[in-house]
Amino acid sequence: MDFALTTEHKMVQDMVRSFAEKEVRPIIPEYDERHEYPRELLPRMAELGIMGICIPVRYGGAGMDYISLGIVSEALEWADASVRETIAVHLALNALAVFQWGTEEQKQRFLVPLATGEKVGCYGLTEPAAGSDVAGLKSTARRDGDDYILNGEKMWITLADVADYMLVFAKTDPEKKHRGITAFMLERGMKGLTTGTIEKKMGVWASNTGWINMDDVRVPKENRIGEEGEGFKVAMSALDNARMTVAAGAAGTIRAVMELSIKYAHERQTFGQPIANYQLVQQMIAKMALNYDIATMLWQRSAWLKNQGVRNTRETSQAKWFATEAAWQAASDAVQIHGAYGFSSEYEVERYLRNAKGAVIYEGTTQIHELMQARYALGWRQDKPIRCELPAYDPDFWQE
Amino acid sequence: MRYLVCIKQTPDTAELPKVKPEEAASGELSIQQVVNPWDEHAIEAALQMAENFGGLASVISVGGEKAIEALRSALAMGCKDATLVENADADAWGVAALLAGAVNHMGDVNVVVTGQMTVDGNSGMVPVAVARKLDWPVLTGVAKVLNVSEDAVEVERVVGQARHTVKVKPPVVLSVIKEIGEPRYPTFINIRKAARVKIPVLSADDLGVTVPPPVVHLSNFRKPPARDAHVQLFDGPADEAAGALIDALLAEKVL
Repeated sequence: MDFALTTEHKMVQDMVRSFAEKEVRPIIPEYDERHEYPRELLPRMAELGIMGICIPVRYGGAGMDYISLGIVSEALEWADASVRETIAVHLALNALAVFQWGTEEQKQRFLVPLATGEKVGCYGLTEPAAGSDVAGLKSTARRDGDDYILNGEKMWITLADVADYMLVFAKTDPEKKHRGITAFMLERGMKGLTTGTIEKKMGVWASNTGWINMDDVRVPKENRIGEEGEGFKVAMSALDNARMTVAAGAAGTIRAVMELSIKYAHERQTFGQPIANYQLVQQMIAKMALNYDIATMLWQRSAWLKNQGVRNTRETSQAKWFATEAAWQAASDAVQIHGAYGFSSEYEVERYLRNAKGAVIYEGTTQIHELMQARYALGWRQDKPIRCELPAYDPDFWQE
Repeated sequence: MRYLVCIKQTPDTAELPKVKPEEAASGELSIQQVVNPWDEHAIEAALQMAENFGGLASVISVGGEKAIEALRSALAMGCKDATLVENADADAWGVAALLAGAVNHMGDVNVVVTGQMTVDGNSGMVPVAVARKLDWPVLTGVAKVLNVSEDAVEVERVVGQARHTVKVKPPVVLSVIKEIGEPRYPTFINIRKAARVKIPVLSADDLGVTVPPPVVHLSNFRKPPARDAHVQLFDGPADEAAGALIDALLAEKVL
């Protein structure tokens, strides 16, 4: 067993942490205040290879592994959840789904521009009345010759107003419930396809969150990802990929608020001494340190299993559940340590707290993950093989 | 043209306050170490010269095994090859002897590039001492490289408040300042190569160098005294408070 990052991973970590520190975190407060998405970061992240970090070089990516994807996610969310969300949605939910389920022609057509960052991707599963209840989604796709006609609405879609390619899910056979769902890649500019931004949110103000409306959108069958009726599996496997990035990102939030708390606890004096001397403050910081390590080990296990090509739905769910709850707790404690200043938007911990609440809701609420884990433990749930597993990391193939 | 960047692995400046005096004396630091920040600009300068005027950038460090990490960082930024020279407990003059020995050993170096100084030693002696050992000209305070050819290296130097342009015939030692350019990020493809490459380690014997015994002996390491800072608030109406503030600033000779 070896808990250490490899030399390569450490160098990736140094590089992306440096980028997050120099170019991301300093610009976030203003974007956050303006509720504006920092688009300027997209070409920069594309130039550095971050937009396709774990995609093979042959498909336009940087040729790194899934652990590197987690390292990037941790570093970016240390700066702000909004930027990590970009990677989760664009890369883990969209590009990796094409890599996993797409035909070679679709990989050339969609994956290459996504991996290079020439195009931006998003993922449209949630609807106004269907979130965790995926089988309840209302969007429809009706076959019309060689095309499909899509109708419906998607809600709470990260990057809805930014993305060029939108991986959406609609029912081709409503009678079959989740077995009647099919995945499609929509392209901005298709007739009948409109998007908008949701302005009022509790957190992630620097992220673009919106809706997608499909009004008789004609989609060629070449844009169908996977077979008809495989959409539920496409959607769930994509979530397996993205939830790892959410977990790693949550570890980044814990690291950020822990650093801020430690600094403040040393500086802030009450009753003639630094508040770091008080054991109840120490307890909160100790929990942050413990939970950062647990969250890190959980997301790294999930990423390592992906590297091995081993199904990891259970382990990834544990990582997402634990890490996001721990980040929410850590951010709350960080505000507490900062006292009244923590309650002020002049201090960063307030932003981390608002952002952390989102992560215990999106990509499977805490309660969904608790139910999943209970079902695994009770023996009621077992993962069955799927037609297209996420390919195991093979350096020769990735870097050729 | 071959540009040889001399780098050193130094403590992360953010962690410097954690260094204990006994650690500083022994050189056995437990804190995070990184490429000396000034040297990152030297790496950038060498890479720019290689890109703009042709040739390749190599990197070298004198140090212990941990300095391999710093060399890998330089490779990940784009240097083509790296060499570690074992540290023989040398001071700045001894380090210069080893670096000059390595330059002679390589045989094809046209330009040696260094940072302005290191964040641990702070002497700024090495570039000048290397030039002295090699009997090459040295240009310090280099802010911009204007041209490099077989016949001439032309740079802009910052000297106090002034700037001047200097042209010298290579080989030459250049000591660059921050203005030379923001260090680039490593690329992922270079990270992969750098992580796997075996970096050759040379000793003073390999280089045929007799390291001069240290002439500088540091005998007393201590932390600077804590700053005697205090906060004074001026109450009352704004004009009175402002007046009191100005009086206080005059008394402290700030104004």
